[in-house]
Amino acid sequence: MKDSTAGGLVQDSPTDPAPTDATPTVLTRPGDAKPARSRVRPGALLHRSWVLFLLRTGIVVVLLGAWQIGVDTKAIDKFFWGEPVGVWQQLVDWVTIGTSQGSLLDQILVTLEEAVLGFVIGSVLGIVCGIALGRIRLLSELFGPFLKAANSIPRIILGSIFTVAFGFGVQSKIILAVVLVFFGVFFNAFQGTREVDRNLIANAQLLGASRWRVTRDVVLPSAFTWILASLHISFGFALIGALVGEILGANQGLGLLIRSSQNNFTMDGVLAGMVLVAVIALTAEALITVLENRLLRWRPPQSHGGAAVK
Amino acid sequence: MAAIELRSATKKFATADGGTYTALKDISLTVEDGEFCAVVGPTGCGKSTTLTLVSGLERASAGAVLVRGEPVTGIDTSTGFVFQQDAVFPWRSVLDNVAAGPTYRGARRSEAHALARDWLRRVGLTGFEDRYPHQLSGGMRKRVALAQTLINQPRVLLMDEPFSALDVQTRAIMSTELLHLWDETKPAVIFVTHDLEEAIALADKVVVLTAGPGTVKAEFRIDLPRPRVVQEIRFDPRFTRLYEQIWEALRSEVQEAYDRTTRVTQVAS
Repeated sequence: MKDSTAGGLVQDSPTDPAPTDATPTVLTRPGDAKPARSRVRPGALLHRSWVLFLLRTGIVVVLLGAWQIGVDTKAIDKFFWGEPVGVWQQLVDWVTIGTSQGSLLDQILVTLEEAVLGFVIGSVLGIVCGIALGRIRLLSELFGPFLKAANSIPRIILGSIFTVAFGFGVQSKIILAVVLVFFGVFFNAFQGTREVDRNLIANAQLLGASRWRVTRDVVLPSAFTWILASLHISFGFALIGALVGEILGANQGLGLLIRSSQNNFTMDGVLAGMVLVAVIALTAEALITVLENRLLRWRPPQSHGGAAVK
Repeated sequence: MAAIELRSATKKFATADGGTYTALKDISLTVEDGEFCAVVGPTGCGKSTTLTLVSGLERASAGAVLVRGEPVTGIDTSTGFVFQQDAVFPWRSVLDNVAAGPTYRGARRSEAHALARDWLRRVGLTGFEDRYPHQLSGGMRKRVALAQTLINQPRVLLMDEPFSALDVQTRAIMSTELLHLWDETKPAVIFVTHDLEEAIALADKVVVLTAGPGTVKAEFRIDLPRPRVVQEIRFDPRFTRLYEQIWEALRSEVQEAYDRTTRVTQVAS
């Protein structure tokens, strides 16, 4: 049920025109990222997942093989595009010898620290502001237009300002990550708050709940399906914030590693950095899914849909 | 002093196109303490609106609504409300759902849980404390909703077609159980339904509303003896006589409401 009278902040945000933004805010529907459940007997399911695994591995082998053969036959110029063997060698070197900036682990930890802190701070701010504006009409009327305007700005550019203002340390990267994470979480929390079943709120009030208890006991858990859906993409945004911040100017981190590889025209280094970032992102995604399943235990298993890609 | 009193209460809603829609017009209704009143009427006659006025979820546009002599000015937590759709909290276990009321009213967690266990026993759900609502059948969820409401010992109990989503057999069983539970604390009840059989089987008094805007068309006293068994009471010849009388009043309203919907459909098509 859409309430067109209150605030008018979010009705059109799923199609919010923000084409200028490097990281447009996507309004994610709850359940988007849930794996599809099927009702086949377990034996067949296990067999099927093995076949799928082998096929997927096959695809990766074929793609990497074609790339490598392309480089070996000079069809692909490895100066511009790198080569799988070179990427692997680069990773091995980083692990065994270390990078020009120190040990590889340190670089990963710095980037991870920036991304995680940015993610946590941005998410908490987004949830608090989203629920507050969703619950208090005056606030949404007052700040709605500002937030919409801020959302349409290409915020990644702010990284330049933050680097100059807050220096080459982790601080400027964390702030950029916070800015990128905040809006996605905010709009989802806001929409989730507005979509709470009116009957549930009425029931809680009649049972004696204060306004604060209604927010805590009804609105928050109910909006959490929306919020969690946004957290999946938000960690990606946090990582982008950290990396872009490092590329713009830093002393340490994976972004700097990628940047110096680029400066040395070592495309294998750039690609090796990408691989590391991908591993971090996938690990974080898995952890968020665990968190989601833990927090949404109460939800009935979904009989339909879900993402096509697990 | 009546438990519930509506004095020529009117409720208008603003519609999307800027007009007003009158859901209830000059409705007057009195329910005594300990009386079970069923309200029947055709679809869209404002039966549910009556309940939202008494509970304080909505304010009357004109007229007065009093609960135990006091005008209703906001949500009154001494009123219990059982909703038509599920309104139990899906993220709380059965036990925590039932314990919600006492917790909100300041009871300690252990006290609230002890009380909730007692009420789960009364509604026959012992052993299901740790389940989540989606793991229960529709009838069991209704029992959770009943326990959740009755645990607060409301003096006024409002029920909005609570059993309409249940199958016929479960519905009859639940109705009988409701009468047992009601008998323990005897709150004043307004039970909204479109099912005349259910209304007669449960109530001391059946009120027939007119097709919208709703107002009271007729009141009938149901003098069937208690305790009643809902599944069997319809075989009582007095039941049949009452049914005929009330249906006589209800029939033209139902026809009127039906004609209106088909008229709208014709215009739309």
